Amino acid sequence: MTVISALLAGLLLGAGLTISGMVNPAVVLGFLDITGAWNPALLLVMAGALAVALPGYWLLQGRKPLFAEKQLVPTRRDIDAPLIVGSTIFGLGWGLAGICPGPVLTMFGINPLMAFIFVSAMTVGIMLSRFVEPWLRGTGAPD
Amino acid sequence: MSASDILMPLIGGAMIGLAALVLLAMNGRVMGVSGIWSGLIRLSDGLAWRLAFVAGTITAPILLAALGRPGQVQIETPTPVFLIAGLLVGLGTAIGSGCTSGHGICGISRLSPRSIVATLIFIGVGLATVFVVRHVF
Repeated sequence: MTVISALLAGLLLGAGLTISGMVNPAVVLGFLDITGAWNPALLLVMAGALAVALPGYWLLQGRKPLFAEKQLVPTRRDIDAPLIVGSTIFGLGWGLAGICPGPVLTMFGINPLMAFIFVSAMTVGIMLSRFVEPWLRGTGAPD
Repeated sequence: MSASDILMPLIGGAMIGLAALVLLAMNGRVMGVSGIWSGLIRLSDGLAWRLAFVAGTITAPILLAALGRPGQVQIETPTPVFLIAGLLVGLGTAIGSGCTSGHGICGISRLSPRSIVATLIFIGVGLATVFVVRHVF
């Protein structure tokens, strides 16, 4: 059953990314270009998503999922070095191409070649994190 | 700006929010795409649902195109920069434990301080990067 619900969630996400235009790197870069011809579309996408997810998450707080024993949500609240450094590196990559992990998967259904190239590079990046992360944690940066 | 320029991002956004709720209400999972993908390539537990989720995100635009609503993808980034960007997105989301969906939507919806900080950082750095690329060079 978790497979069917995950498929449904994936379809909703892919459709939402396509309809909203967020799958298009040009739209994302247009949003990040505030001093140029600013395109506010992504702000509306965020607003639409949070208008649904914020109250929904609040209502579902601590409830037993339909097809699982319990909710597996992150519980950490500390701001540590990997969070800050990682988000900075991600922001740099996002700003260079206008692509993040959700939209690039959906892009497979529109421009498979470019999606494949990006996902391959992204996957190498994930593998490399194994070497960078322990080093980041060992620098004595504030936890 | 036409009405659909405002409505489509809002409706699409609402569908993304709904996707996050489906995953939480039914599977008890957070919809963090970078985490779902890295779980898949690291062969973590829950391979079947991860695979189904990814299949759904890829199939959706194909179904929409068949219904006469094709998605648009315009890429102007030169290939070497495109590759570096992919590498940085993978590395950064793995180290920072999340991306636009996991931190930006699910994390903010949980009012997680970690996710609020992460989202402010990657949007800020994204803005700065585009500024430098488009207006400085």
